[in-house]
Amino acid sequence: MTSTTEPDKAKPLSTEQLSATTLLRFATAGSVDDGKSTLVGRLLHDSKSVLTDQLEAVQRVSLGRGQDAPDLALLTDGLRAEREQGITIDVAYRYFATPARRFILADTPGHVQYTRNMVTGASTADLAVVLVDARNGVIEQTRRHAAVAALLRVPHVVLAVNKMDLVDYEETVFAKIAEEFTAYASELGVPEITAIPISALAGDNVVEPSSNMDWYGGPTVLEHLETVPVSHDLTSCHARLPVQYVIRPQTAEHPDYRGYAGQIAAGTFRVGESVTVLPSGRTSKIAGIDLLGKQVDVAWTPQSVTLLLESDIDISRGDLIVPSGDQPQTSQDLTATVCHVADTALNVGQRVLLKHTTRTVKAIVKEIPSRLTLDDLSQHPDPGRLVANDIGRVVIRTAEPIAVDSYAASRRTGSFLLIDPADGTTLAAGMAGDAFATTETAEEAKPAADDEGWDF
Amino acid sequence: MTTTVATVTEGTDSPYALSHLDALESEGVHIFREVAGEFERPVILFSGGKDSIVMLHLALKAFAPAAVPFSLLHVDTGHNFPEVIEYRDRVVAEHGLRLHVASVQDYIDAGKLRERPDGTRNPLQTVPLTEKIQSEKFDAVFGGGRRDEEKARAKERVFSLRDEFSQWDPRRQRPELWQLYNGRHAPGEHVRVFPLSNWTELDVWQYIAREGIELPQIYFAHERDVFQRSGMWLTAGEWGGPKDEETVEKRLVRYRTVGDMSCTGAVDSDATTLDAVIAEIAASRLTERGATRADDKLSEAAMEDRKREGYF
Repeated sequence: MTSTTEPDKAKPLSTEQLSATTLLRFATAGSVDDGKSTLVGRLLHDSKSVLTDQLEAVQRVSLGRGQDAPDLALLTDGLRAEREQGITIDVAYRYFATPARRFILADTPGHVQYTRNMVTGASTADLAVVLVDARNGVIEQTRRHAAVAALLRVPHVVLAVNKMDLVDYEETVFAKIAEEFTAYASELGVPEITAIPISALAGDNVVEPSSNMDWYGGPTVLEHLETVPVSHDLTSCHARLPVQYVIRPQTAEHPDYRGYAGQIAAGTFRVGESVTVLPSGRTSKIAGIDLLGKQVDVAWTPQSVTLLLESDIDISRGDLIVPSGDQPQTSQDLTATVCHVADTALNVGQRVLLKHTTRTVKAIVKEIPSRLTLDDLSQHPDPGRLVANDIGRVVIRTAEPIAVDSYAASRRTGSFLLIDPADGTTLAAGMAGDAFATTETAEEAKPAADDEGWDF
Repeated sequence: MTTTVATVTEGTDSPYALSHLDALESEGVHIFREVAGEFERPVILFSGGKDSIVMLHLALKAFAPAAVPFSLLHVDTGHNFPEVIEYRDRVVAEHGLRLHVASVQDYIDAGKLRERPDGTRNPLQTVPLTEKIQSEKFDAVFGGGRRDEEKARAKERVFSLRDEFSQWDPRRQRPELWQLYNGRHAPGEHVRVFPLSNWTELDVWQYIAREGIELPQIYFAHERDVFQRSGMWLTAGEWGGPKDEETVEKRLVRYRTVGDMSCTGAVDSDATTLDAVIAEIAASRLTERGATRADDKLSEAAMEDRKREGYF
């Protein structure tokens, strides 16, 4: 452990500077042994996000345990059970900022039994950092993490090859691992992979560029996090607005105001556009967009807005407003990949609730065609049930039609939860359509009943 | 690291990039609307502190031009700063809101709660709060808690399920998948909802500045009679201070958090404007709670234990 000195007084930034930054949500995957807590601690510490009293607490505990230097991993250990067992359970969310950007980090444990936690963290992430130990290279767990990132369609993946100090900062060691990982992740359809050689313990290439690895010319982890694009061109996306709430003041001032409130899940909406409301199929035109008190001509994801329509049609919570002519399939049959997140199993024939956008409907699990082993992507046909941390294909019948996009096309309108109607437990995280980008279009032409599941 | 003015930086030059405040605001509004759509009797915990003020501001925006479809609940320790109570009542009147009060003093007077030897009343808030939730049948309770505040809170969920005793069981929390919040609960159970989960102290202040939200004056530097206890400046008052060895002095201070007088410390400050406060926080090397809350220093697991009992 290198010594950690008191951070310098950071230069105060002006209000204007501070409020002009963008927000990046990212997730980390890797185990305690890979040095993940140290990497996270290092990011927080070296980006001056650890404050004096937090550092003092860490120093106190480290000294109490007889460690001679503060253990940065302690910055991120939250609950008593974890401190006692020295492990990390569940997802913890961490916050830090640099002059360039604000970050939300979903810090997910990397053990085998915690697939569901990585799925949780990756579900809202724009970027995932997969950590490997330079001495071990790409192992089963690494492949599992790559598969989860691919499955959850995380747009950017960073491979952080850690503990480079233990392999004498050898370029060939790094290059071999980077090549192997990139080949594997690309095959799964991960759109963008950046490999970075680091030592979280010594601080090489986490925040500060490493003088021990002159052969590496790329960004440090933090530099990459600061510059990776957080939003892309939305004009090619299908626009989607799930209606959350109908605003009807019915006051003297606003006797006829009727607004459809929601957060734009994908794409852009413009005043004057023709829209269709699903599942009813009724059409109207956008008369106005109210962006939290501002009248605007155009709004886009992830803005929360209120749409006003030209005609009075019957719309309620759970409906989906889409541009006319760009509608998702409305159906009662759904084929999807799910990650099972509950301690009780999911069985064929089980009655569940399906929560999709702002709509919750009754459903039945008709079939579980296959279960997937993430280590080697092998499939197991007809498992009959899924248990915690399993990933499998399911065929679901819903009691009412729902308008679902493929998860590949839209993370927010292609995702859903399966919920136990008895006690409200979240059973599974679902992604409609194909599992991996490489299988695109393979399934679309086939009816769900003939679905053989995986297809690589 | 260079500190050039962060306009929209390289890589984020899409015309569709939102500032982090816009993104957080949109998320907060989304959370309020979800609860309005899914619950019968939601209530907003309102202390008159900056976090609950920002929560109310988001709620007003989420439903405008209609009224906020929830009432407010204040857990009154009886040791409140008068400036804060005055602010609370003014806001309630201004927006035509309904305010419920759960009073610690009433419980002490009735013999249902006993004053602690150290005079601090923060831990005494749990019983009046949970009983009020039960008696009013609130099924969703908005709190201003943020996950950056403290390590146990880093594991909190935006929708946090509580049993009929308001207890929090970290192992029973549901995974937070996408933006799909699962608020299903059995009768008698309720869900605590934290719309500011992903905000930091600095975000809250920047948002207050950007939106021009008025705050109680104690958040800004002012002269005050204070005395030192456990390394914090506390306000002298009938609640139990100063004691024998403690001496009162007049200092220029402000509060970073607003809570019970007996355990909320002031910090030396000459920041009289929002910009000055933000500059001070951005440069500060102490976390909000570390500098100002005595009750969190009790033990490393103090917050975790109180959360389990139903504290916010």
